[in-house]
Amino acid sequence: MTEVKLVYFAWVRERVGVPEERVTLPETVHTVRDVAAWLAGRGEHYAAAFENPEIVRAAIDRRHVKPETPIAGASEIAFFPPMTGG
Amino acid sequence: MEPRVTIRVQAEPFDAAAESALIAEGRFDIGAIVTFSGLCRSEGGQLAALELEHYPGMAEEEIGRVAAEALGRWPLQGVTVIHRFGKVNPGDGIVLVVTASAHRAAAFEAASFLMDFLKTRAPFWKKEHATDGTTGGWVDAREADDAATERWIRV
Repeated sequence: MTEVKLVYFAWVRERVGVPEERVTLPETVHTVRDVAAWLAGRGEHYAAAFENPEIVRAAIDRRHVKPETPIAGASEIAFFPPMTGG
Repeated sequence: MEPRVTIRVQAEPFDAAAESALIAEGRFDIGAIVTFSGLCRSEGGQLAALELEHYPGMAEEEIGRVAAEALGRWPLQGVTVIHRFGKVNPGDGIVLVVTASAHRAAAFEAASFLMDFLKTRAPFWKKEHATDGTTGGWVDAREADDAATERWIRV
């Protein structure tokens, strides 16, 4: 069991309904992709946020990561759409 | 002299001319300054404002990583990046990049590199507010921006 802080931005945040939360991840969750899949099963709001999981980007402790990145040691995992700054 | 690096994420407007002057103040080894300002368009009068959301902390850190990469690639005397968040009106600046070097090629290339990477790596998201009072929704990422970033990736 791993406790982490999750943060969401832009339309991912709007669909999930909260900007951040603390969750306890089950042992079966090892990668960023696993976290997204686990979240998608938590209800319709989460399912809507992760309906197209390959376009949702992620960061661990404020650094960009790929879906296959292990979450071991993470304290903050962020999910957000592709960036549109600049 | 060490390169002068300034990175700010702020709600307030920026002064491009003042930042450009500041990067060269008191030093005489700079031969070229490139100043790029990205402004909010009105989209033919349909856009009332853009609202920029950002990831506090990561925004500054990621811009810092992109700036460090630019400093490693080009001989720069200075890099300034200012990115705004919150509500931005048409005509207002959203992002400012200033690069200073001994010669123009490095300053031009580094400014272009910084903008391409900021577009695809800095955690900011734009939401449109229309002049008819409706919220136009989140701006979609452009494939052209990804392609612009890709061209800098060394093979």
